[in-house]
Amino acid sequence: MITFEGVTKRYPGGTVALDDVSLDCPTGRITVFVGTSGGGKTTALRTINRMVEPTSGRVLIDGQDVREHKPAELRRGIGYVIQHAGLFPHRTIEDNIATVPYLLRWNKKKARARAHELMERVGLERSMARRYPFQLSGGQQQRVGVARALAADPPIMLMDEPFSAVDPVVRAELQDEFLRLQDELHKTIVFVTHDVDEAIKLGDRIAVFQTGGKLVQVDSPETLLARPADDFVAGFIGHDRGIRRLSFIPASSAPLSERDVLPADAPVERARDAAGGWVLVVDADRRPLGWAAAAGLPASGVVGDASLAPIGHTFDVAGDSVRAALDAAILSPSGRAVGVDAEGRLAGVADQQDLSTAIARAGADPRPAEAAEDGG
Amino acid sequence: MEFDWDWIARNTDSLGEHALVHLRLALLPVLFGLLIALPVGVLCRRWGWLYPPALTIANVFYAIPSLALFMIFIQYTGLTASTVMIPLTLYSLSVLVPNVVDGLASVSDPVRQAATAMGFGPLRRLLRVELPIAVPIVIAGTRVAAVSSISLVAVGQLIGQGGLGYDIIRGYQLSFPTQIIAATVLIVLLALVTDAILVTVQRLLTPWARVRGKVS
Ligand SMILES: Nc1ncnc2c1ncn2[C@@H]1O[C@H](COP(=O)(O)OP(=O)(O)OP(=O)(O)O)[C@@H](O)[C@H]1O
Ligand SMILES: [Mg+2]
Repeated sequence: MITFEGVTKRYPGGTVALDDVSLDCPTGRITVFVGTSGGGKTTALRTINRMVEPTSGRVLIDGQDVREHKPAELRRGIGYVIQHAGLFPHRTIEDNIATVPYLLRWNKKKARARAHELMERVGLERSMARRYPFQLSGGQQQRVGVARALAADPPIMLMDEPFSAVDPVVRAELQDEFLRLQDELHKTIVFVTHDVDEAIKLGDRIAVFQTGGKLVQVDSPETLLARPADDFVAGFIGHDRGIRRLSFIPASSAPLSERDVLPADAPVERARDAAGGWVLVVDADRRPLGWAAAAGLPASGVVGDASLAPIGHTFDVAGDSVRAALDAAILSPSGRAVGVDAEGRLAGVADQQDLSTAIARAGADPRPAEAAEDGG
Repeated sequence: MEFDWDWIARNTDSLGEHALVHLRLALLPVLFGLLIALPVGVLCRRWGWLYPPALTIANVFYAIPSLALFMIFIQYTGLTASTVMIPLTLYSLSVLVPNVVDGLASVSDPVRQAATAMGFGPLRRLLRVELPIAVPIVIAGTRVAAVSSISLVAVGQLIGQGGLGYDIIRGYQLSFPTQIIAATVLIVLLALVTDAILVTVQRLLTPWARVRGKVS
């Protein structure tokens, strides 16, 4: 665990970058720092590896003051990833990745073997090992940056806006892979970002910093969205925090129905009086095939003969959130979302009404921040 | 007046010898210049306030006519090679010091921070990261210094240490243009070859910079 105890940083010139910050970053978890630009996130991150020395207060790693270690030695045990990767332009990809192993005097063969193993881990082709950084795209460079930070298998990773310089598609990819990697590695990660969505997606805990280096709230993403500590946090996470909260309501809490679902070999007569004007057609294995409009059915035969409108996307009843289900419903021609199980078989259909029911149930949580406003 | 090829044939040996002396007199000062400019440049990067006075001093040397510098150094080192090489060394600084500083400044902030964060101490960071990244710019400066030194050193003949400068002055005294032309052409060739060698060295040392040059 990384512990901040009353950490204050005042730069020469008087800027207070951190103001009496106390905070725990639990072992094996991702703690995300978000907040306004200049709020002290980078400064806080750097007190952990002693790139910044606090004016007062202390930072502990597993109970031990970081100042008990020499900076260079401390840093070799802490991975660090930054926005523009900061790869060494004069070193090949494999040697960039093997930087810390070389510093730790591993022999060259072992260090390179480790670099190649990591390239695979972060999704880089082995053929890139001998290239130089400028021959890689921004997203690839960022992967190298992550691999380099992981090279000596440090228990702690510090990441300062690592994915913010790439386009949204690549960013989403990197985030997903990052989460997958963390599932295997269980590092203690401190992650700085400007992007609230990224914080919510990646963070086990989110710490919100305000200008002047004040830590205003530390909570799980769920609690942060449900109960922002004050107007600043509420404003910072945005007016659509209601929508964002839907990500934390499991889709399984929505009632599912079998209404207007027919196998492909059912006679068309059975589809004519579908209540919503649409019938979901499934195959013998209950895999959804598409939507048939009651108005466009052939005169006779089976529903499978009708021209089917594509489903758009389905939602996974076990793993997805109400947000994904609602999105599926909105994009569906029938206005109804198709829920499937892990094998892709139909679990049931939910319309927007059903989803509202699930949202209303989840919304019954107590919400002290707003209750206090109501009371006052 | 005709170009006397026979004279060239008869004097190949002495011309070659003068060319070698010429190169040594011209290039040793550039080497010494580099040895001085590297630490000075590093210090100027470390303490920014040092840079303006250091640059001014280097430029003042450059502004002093070579003849005057020779006269000053003759008092200490006599009519020796040192009297030629010391001023040339000082001249090279006005190019090399700013190039070392620019080279070190070409290391981007993220790179420097990444090196620090990964556990490079200051010295190791300088030797393994900052200086290697500065190499292309330092060599670019070295090319300028080497070429101008090769052309400047001819003046050294004024104190009897001129390499091919000897042939130029001798040709003038004897009203014998062949010798002047031959020596001049050789000086230009030496400059071109030296420059080409430095370009090659740079490409071999910094493959990462060469390919970048091709791409952009
Ligand atoms: N080396 C420094 N010297 C003086 N002031 C500094 C220094 N580094 C940061 N600051 C100041 O400290 C404050 C916090 O900076 P910091 O970089 O920690 O913010 P941040 O939250 O990371 O911002 P951003 O989101 O823009 O990266 C800012 O006001 C900044 O100007
Ligand atoms: Mg920052």
